[in-house]
Amino acid sequence: MNVPKHWRAIPERYRMEAGKCRKCGEISFPSRLICPACNHNEFDLVNLSGKGKLLTHTIIRTAPEGFGDFAPYAVGIVELEEGVRIMGQITDCDPEKLKTGDKLTSKFRRMNEEGKTGMIMYSYKFVPDIGI
Amino acid sequence: MIGIIGYGTQIPRYRIKVEEIAKVWGADASAIKRGLNLNEKSVPAPDEDCATLSVNAALNALKRASIDPKKIGAVYVGSESHPYAVKPTGTIVSEALGICPRVHTADLEFACKAGTEGMFIALQLVKSGAVTCALAIGADTSQGAPGDALEYSASAGAAAFIMGAENLIAELVETDCYMTDTPDFWRRENAHYPEHGGRFTGEPAYMKHVTGAVLAILEKTGTKPEDFDYLIFHQPNGKFPVQVAKKLGFKEPQYRYGLLTPTLGNTYSGSSPMGLAATLDEAKPDQTILLVSYGSGAGSDAFIFRTTERLLKVRKHAPKVRKQLDEHRYYLEYGAYAKFRRKILKPE
Ligand SMILES: [Zn+2]
Repeated sequence: MNVPKHWRAIPERYRMEAGKCRKCGEISFPSRLICPACNHNEFDLVNLSGKGKLLTHTIIRTAPEGFGDFAPYAVGIVELEEGVRIMGQITDCDPEKLKTGDKLTSKFRRMNEEGKTGMIMYSYKFVPDIGI
Repeated sequence: MIGIIGYGTQIPRYRIKVEEIAKVWGADASAIKRGLNLNEKSVPAPDEDCATLSVNAALNALKRASIDPKKIGAVYVGSESHPYAVKPTGTIVSEALGICPRVHTADLEFACKAGTEGMFIALQLVKSGAVTCALAIGADTSQGAPGDALEYSASAGAAAFIMGAENLIAELVETDCYMTDTPDFWRRENAHYPEHGGRFTGEPAYMKHVTGAVLAILEKTGTKPEDFDYLIFHQPNGKFPVQVAKKLGFKEPQYRYGLLTPTLGNTYSGSSPMGLAATLDEAKPDQTILLVSYGSGAGSDAFIFRTTERLLKVRKHAPKVRKQLDEHRYYLEYGAYAKFRRKILKPE
C-alpha cells in the first residue's frame, strides 16, 4: 500500500515544489528541514520551472513491476534552469535518439498504478522541449 | 462583464490513421474517410489520461491568464473518461495547479457536453460573485469498441478555460441551451465500450439539439448566422457539423479554424472547447464567436463570445492548437495502438 508515501510526495510530484533557503538561496528538491549548504532551517516554497537539459540517461529494457508497458523507456538526470538536478522518466520521445544536452521540459503524467483497481500515481516526467 | 481570461489545450503526440484501423477490420478506408470527413485521430500515450491532459491544458491556460492560481475558487472537469469511477479528477487538477485548498470542485459527466456545461457553471459562478475566477476543462481519452464506427473517431485531448471578470480576452455575450432525454449513446457501469443507436445518433439526436440551441440563442439575441465571425459546433466526425452549419445558413469561412476533427478525431468533452481554443488562436479583437456543443443523452449548450484587444497580448504565452495538432506526430500501427489503449488482455 503506497497511499501514504505517494500522498506525502504530492507537492513535489504534482507541481515540483521545492524549498529555497531563506539565508543562502540554495534550492532543495524536495524541500528539506535543514539547508545542506548553510544549515539554516527556514525555506520558501517555490515551484520549479521544469525546464532544463539532459545531463545523462539510460534506457530501461527490463522494466520493474508496473512499468512494463512503457519499455523500452529512458530515465535521465536533468539539470533544471534553477540549477537543481532531478532524475526522471523521459517520455514522448524515441529513447534511442536522446542525447546529452537535449532541452527538456516537464509534463504531468501517470507514473504508475497499484494494479487495475488500486490508486493511480501521477508525477512529473520530462519530454523534449518543442514548445508543445 | 465576465468571460474568458485564459485558455489552453493539450493534445497527445500519437496518431493513428483511418487506413491503419480499416486494414485490421477489412473495412473500406476511403469510404470512411469520405463519409466521415476524417483522416486520423490522436491517441493518448500509455501515461496519459483525462487527468494528465486536463492538468497540462490548464497549465497552458494559467500561463495565458497570468493570475495567482489561488484566485481560482472553483474547478470543473467535464469528461466521460475520468480515471477513477469514484474519486474526483478535479482534486488532482487543483493540487497540480496549486489551487488547493480553498476551492470548490466536483466532476461533471454528460457524454461530449460535460466540458461546456463546466464552462457554463464557471461563468455563472464568476457572474454571481461567488468566486473571483473559475476553471472549466473538457477532457477525454475515449474509446470506441474494436471494429465499431466510433473506433475511427474516438480520440484524446483537453481544453481548459479560466473565467473571470477582469482582463478578459473574450467577453461572454449570451448563453442558451437545448436539452431532452434522448438515448442515442450510452455506456453502462462496468461496460468497457459504449453502445450507440447507429443512424439514430444523427437526425433526432445531434442535428435536432444543435439546431435547437442555435435557434434559441439567435432568437434570444436577435442575431442571424451572418452576424458571427466564427462558428464552432461539436464534432463527432467531420461531416455532421458541416451539414448542420450549412443547413442553418452558416458558411465555410466561419468554421475554418474551429473544425479540427479531420486530423484530431472526436475528443468528446474536449471537442467543441478545443475548436473554440483554435479559433481564439486566430481571431482578431472585437470579433464574435458562436460555440455550440453537443452531448449524447442529449443536449447542446450555446455561447456567444466577443474577443478583446487583450487576446493578442496573451495568446503567445502558450502553444497554439494547430501546433499541438500538426507538429511532432508519432504514427502508430494498430498493434501498438491496441497496447496503448489496453485493448489486449494480459495475465494479471
Ligand atoms: Zn542555505
